[in-house]
This record gives sequence, C-alpha cells and structure tokens, in this order.
Amino acid sequence: MERLVLVINENDNVAVALREIVAGTGVEVPGRGVLKAVDDIPYGHKIALEEIPEGHPVVKYGETIGFASSHVQEGGWVHTHNMGPVEVNS
Amino acid sequence: MSGFNGFERSDGTVGVRNHVVVIPSVACANGVAAEIVRQVPQAVPLYHGHGCSRAGRDLELHFRTLSNLARHPNVSAALVVGLGCEVIKADLLSGEVSGTGRRVEHIDIQAEGGSRRAAEKGAGIVRNLLADAAKESRAAVGIDRLIVGLECGGSDAFSGITANPAVGVLSDLVVADGGTVILTENTEMIGTSHILERRAVSPEVAERIRDMVARAEKRTRDILGPLASMVIAPGNMDGGMSSIQEKSLGCITKGGSSPITRVVDYAESPTGKGLVLMDAPGYDVESMAGVVAAGAQVVIFTTGRGNPIGFPIAPVIKVASTSKLFASMEDDMDVDAGKVLERGIDEVGREVQRLMMGVLNGEPAKAEKNRQDGILCLYTTGPSF
Repeated sequence: MERLVLVINENDNVAVALREIVAGTGVEVPGRGVLKAVDDIPYGHKIALEEIPEGHPVVKYGETIGFASSHVQEGGWVHTHNMGPVEVNS
Repeated sequence: MSGFNGFERSDGTVGVRNHVVVIPSVACANGVAAEIVRQVPQAVPLYHGHGCSRAGRDLELHFRTLSNLARHPNVSAALVVGLGCEVIKADLLSGEVSGTGRRVEHIDIQAEGGSRRAAEKGAGIVRNLLADAAKESRAAVGIDRLIVGLECGGSDAFSGITANPAVGVLSDLVVADGGTVILTENTEMIGTSHILERRAVSPEVAERIRDMVARAEKRTRDILGPLASMVIAPGNMDGGMSSIQEKSLGCITKGGSSPITRVVDYAESPTGKGLVLMDAPGYDVESMAGVVAAGAQVVIFTTGRGNPIGFPIAPVIKVASTSKLFASMEDDMDVDAGKVLERGIDEVGREVQRLMMGVLNGEPAKAEKNRQDGILCLYTTGPSF
C-alpha cells in the first residue's frame, strides 16, 4: 500500500497527508493499522487518526497545536474549520 | 555516539578545523584583509560591515561577536587588521582574544603607513601563523566537547515534517552524549513560549524564554506592522498549517525534546551543556554568525527551497527537506531528508549524525567544497551614528 501519511510523534492524534487523499480511501498508518478517510484531505494537511471530541486537544509534534472546535471523526480533515487556537496568556 | 578528533585549544575548547583567520576590526580594513588573503590564499577572511559608528547595545553585540569569532575553537590563530581611528580598534579586539590565552596578532593600516605596507606586513604575519598551525594535530575527544548550532533557511511545506524532525533526532543524540545544541531564530518560536517554558530546567530559564519570545513577537509586529500576521497568524497557511503553534513547532522541532538548560544572548558562549536557546533573530545569516560566535563548531542547516550558504570558519551541513531539492541542488545539499517518507524520521536523523561525525573529523561539507564563505552579517538593533 502506498505511503499516504506521516505521523511525526507517537503521541500525535493527527497525521500529515503526503498527497491528496480522496474521501473513502483506506489509509495505512504505520503501527496503527488502516483507517478510512471520511473527508478529502488536501496535500500537506492533517487527517485525524482517532475520534477527537469537541474541546479535546489536537496533538502534532507531541504537543497541543489547537482544540477541536467541533467533533472530529476518525479519518476526518482537521484544519481551521474544526480546530480552534491555543489560548496563551502572554 | 563515539567522540571525534579535534584540535584542543589552550582555553579548553576543541576545534574541528584549524583555520588562520584575517579579521578586519572595522569595515574600512576589508580591502587590506582581502589583499592579505590574495597574497596568502590559505588564510580565511572574515569580512564584515561594522566596527565603527556604534555605541551601547550594538557595540557590545558586535565586539562580542568579532572577538568570539577570532578566538573560535576552529581557529588556530587570528590576525586583526584595524584602521586606527575606528571604535572597535584592532588592539582592543586583539587584547580581548589574547586575554583568553588564544594566539592573535594585530596591525593598524594608519600606523603601518597605508594599505600596501599593511598588507605586506600582514601577509608575513599570516605566513608565520599558518606555519605554526600546520604543526598542530587532532586528538580524540568526547561529544561533551561539541556544540552544534541549528539553523533553517528557505523553508518549505516539508521542512517541518522531514528535515526538522530528523535534525531533532540528532539533537537528542548529541545532548544524550553530553554535548550542547543551540536552537535559535526566536521569530520562529512565536506562539510556542508556553511549550518551551515547560521544557525549561528552572523557573529562571522559563522566565528568560517568556521574555525572549515576547520581545520577538513585539519586534516582529513593530517591524512588519500589518504584515506581521504573515509571520504570527496562521491566516495565510494554505499549506495545511492550522495554528501558529503548528507552524512554530515545525521549526523548533530541530532542537529535539531535551530539557532547555539556559537562554544565551546573541553570540554569547553557553557555560553549560544540553539544549540551549539563543536570543537571535529569524534572519538565518545573522543568527548563524551568532551561533558560531557562541562556539558552535558545526552548523546543521535545514532548507526546503535550497539555500547554499556556508560560514567561513565552521562547516555548515545542509539537510534538504525533499528528494526533489536534493537532486536539483546536489552540489549544495549534504543529506536528503525526503527519505523520511520511506525510511522514517529516526533513520534519517541517524544519517545526519553519521554525516556530521565525518565532517567533525575533517570531511568537507558541501558548503566548504563550494567555498560558500560570504561576509559576516551581524545582528544590529538600531541605526548607526
């Protein structure tokens, strides 16, 4: 199966699409089996490796990069339409 | 990782190269420095545009950078060429270097009676320094004597998922073996202050991180005005970046996951080991001068668009973010991190490590083969007078 995604850190709940992935495509995630893309995932964008309930962190590089602003299904596209920013007190 | 063979210096540092440098104390001496190098091509010039008409903070930054480069571990000996009426005088710079026990000579163009006489005398001095340098030899030392500087320049969408994470693997390996890694480019830390603070070894270090990143953000807003959102906000991130944290994490992942042991000023040598942050800007050539002046013997430089620059006295190892870039600029690129897609981040990180060990022991990096020396660009905070 062609390598479609890259998981950067073992704690991540999203992976990076290495090419455009069409909804319905089976995506092999090394060490985690195969999941089905439920949205079209643009090249370079993020696909959810598991269900991310609203308000839960989106994790990439092993760190929180934002919070789900609505429920994200496994295999869903994660971007600014369903991910809110990290609020930082500075 | 095993150690490397380097040149042990009188101040306890270890070089991976054995250069004799000609360093102008002021821009007005660049021409004489160039003539000396024409006469003695084995010497390495450190051309720059500074040394006068500065005071306060910028004078401190430039003096520290130039003196630290003149006594850099990769330098066997230095000749400082001054004019005579400048702010950073040759004898001041030379005195700062000799005070640490390192070998340095200096001449002034006005005192020697002009350019030709100064160049003749300088060339004679440099020939002697080179003859002495040739007698020095390498000895085996541990990774605890190594400082690795990290840079990125001309990044692309792959930099944050291939080249930078692979370099992060190398950084963790160096720190695990007792070495030092310097991560800088504070513009690219914006939005991740809370993450970096959490990795700090002490509340004091966390405070310095918070201060540094806050100033970087303010500076970026002050300089760019409405365009600051191009750097600070994810607004233009059609490539898949969904937050500033995601963008900045793609840069700081070069530093790996080790605790952050301290924050140093531009061109300031770290006094301890481990992962160190330097307060230097995102402009790669300026921050690279700061990192090398801090004592980094080697620089690992990731690039996505293809940046060929090197540094006069330190090998700069180029890590290409894609196989396409590696193939199209193979004369400039040392490592193809596009292989991450087939072989994983860890394996490519270890390839960077293997290549770096060869370079430490004397193998030339591509930027050295190409003589990508250029001129020094020094960080400056205000106008000259």
